Amino acid sequence: MPKPNALPEVAPRPDADRIALLRNKAEFVRLETLRLIQIAKVGHYSSVFSCAEIFATLYYDAMRLKRGEPQWPGRDRFLMGKGHAAVGLYPLLVDWEFFSKDVLDGYTRLGNPLGDHPDMRKVPGIDFSSGSIGHALSGGLGMALGGRAVSRKYDVYVLLGDGEMQEGQVWEAALSAAHHKAGNLIAIVDRNGFQLDGQVDDIINIEPLADKWTAFGWQVHEVDGHDVVALATLFRRLKTDAERTRPVCIIANTSKGKGVGYMESEPGWHLGYLAPSDEALAAEEIKRGGIAQ
Amino acid sequence: MNGPVDPNSWQYREINARAPGLSYLSDALIELVEDGHPIMVGTADLQYSNGLVRFAQRFPERFTQFGISEQNMVSAAAGIATTGAMPFVATFASFLALLCCEQIRTDVAYSALPVRLIGHHAGISLGFYGTSHHATEDLAIMRSIADLTVVAPADGPQLAAAIKASVNHARPIYFRIGRGQEPVVYDNGVDFQFGKAIAHGGGSELTIIACGQMVHPSREAFHALRSAGKSVGLIDMHTIKPLDTKAVLAAAARSRIILTVEEHNVLGGLGGAVAEVLAEAGSPARLIRHGIRDEYSLIAPPTHLYRHYRLDAPGIEATVIEALD
Repeated sequence: MPKPNALPEVAPRPDADRIALLRNKAEFVRLETLRLIQIAKVGHYSSVFSCAEIFATLYYDAMRLKRGEPQWPGRDRFLMGKGHAAVGLYPLLVDWEFFSKDVLDGYTRLGNPLGDHPDMRKVPGIDFSSGSIGHALSGGLGMALGGRAVSRKYDVYVLLGDGEMQEGQVWEAALSAAHHKAGNLIAIVDRNGFQLDGQVDDIINIEPLADKWTAFGWQVHEVDGHDVVALATLFRRLKTDAERTRPVCIIANTSKGKGVGYMESEPGWHLGYLAPSDEALAAEEIKRGGIAQ
Repeated sequence: MNGPVDPNSWQYREINARAPGLSYLSDALIELVEDGHPIMVGTADLQYSNGLVRFAQRFPERFTQFGISEQNMVSAAAGIATTGAMPFVATFASFLALLCCEQIRTDVAYSALPVRLIGHHAGISLGFYGTSHHATEDLAIMRSIADLTVVAPADGPQLAAAIKASVNHARPIYFRIGRGQEPVVYDNGVDFQFGKAIAHGGGSELTIIACGQMVHPSREAFHALRSAGKSVGLIDMHTIKPLDTKAVLAAAARSRIILTVEEHNVLGGLGGAVAEVLAEAGSPARLIRHGIRDEYSLIAPPTHLYRHYRLDAPGIEATVIEALD
């Protein structure tokens, strides 16, 4: 019997160039988020900042994608339970040439397809719409099951908020995915510790989180969600485990507002707007690499 | 994705004996798979109630048992539909339309995914199981969801025809069906087109517009009234949305009175839909909505309830006679 979390020992580490690329893309996510939210005048800066390295690692190391082909049937899928972080994802979809930068620059303006929450009907490269928290893991499960029926091999990544763990449907999907051996389903919990009304564990305690996912029959890993090397190495190890039958839950320990000191220290930063001088300070800090590597 | 089902088990035999109408559901789906359509079927712990055990037995690899997790099932069906497979998911209409309303609105209808939602045991057909299991709001709820087609087939043959027609219908669909014990209306087959009502005859005094399980008793009432010399018409309005407005307006032009008959609250369902059409067109025809009058149904065996609410043939006939007086 394999150990519960046994993975192949061979873990191809990303090389120095790749590591630099991933860090650069995470910085790009943060700077673009600042820029776009200045257009909308309000947005979820800190929710993006906690998962910027996760976005970067998925889109520039883990996921199989084809440039300019958002509907390529063999692509890996990405869904977001925490849809309010979409503003950080849109720039990456432009980088993949799924839609044009002109569209990006019209973020949230009348008739533009890009809103605070991602919309698969309007935005090429968005695999599933979201907004109401708790649906995405079920949607990802459906993609995993449907892929079997049409004989396609791909992985389905679902980024969940830690506050989202309070939604009942997440656990329906968790039970269901393990039962149906959806080994190509990978949930990533952005464990940044905060939700709108305060600290997650003060509002409704979700710990012991790893034990819960393990008890639901998932293969569980914990990782520093801002460490691109650790993230990339873990995703690579999962890719090499082709016989996986258990769905995977990665608990990514992160900081809300990571990269901008005053956001990290102020939980009220779930949703907000930066005055131009504050924006400049934030951009400067991000470029300076205020992010602990 | 499910263990084999023993066709000799009591549940399997009972469903086919007691609810023959539901065997049309599985059989139509089986036929679609045999014709090469990428059908996937799911249910939430009700494979014996909806008879889909028959499908599960035939194509276990295309059947997913979601257990008691209806919301998960509907969102997962949306995910399945993104892959090119065509999911049909079934549970009681009360749970599907009320518990999963948001998943249907946001994940299925708004996302324009060709998911087929099958709400069975609709209306008051679960009798003494009580209000939690009655669905007298589902048509109103589903009808208000943009881009969702809403269909209430009258019987097994029409259900089968609608299921088969759905493979050429790219939109998401809500099928509202009964408990499988409805008598057959279309024993000589039926030509089904989404949004195209079936006229059973016209009348100058009154036209009955019925849907779903109410078509059969309405047709019995229609025949009795005609035999008694009344000039009465009948329309089977199987598609509640998009509504066949032409058929409604043609009936209103011909008849003095329109009587809608539905196993649903008179608010927001078939009666509501017809009222909107007549009012907007400035029709002089009088409308009477027959159904559950904005109340929770009593507890009783279904046949007793149909009699109590005058939703059986004699009740519908009496309602027409009162209207004509």
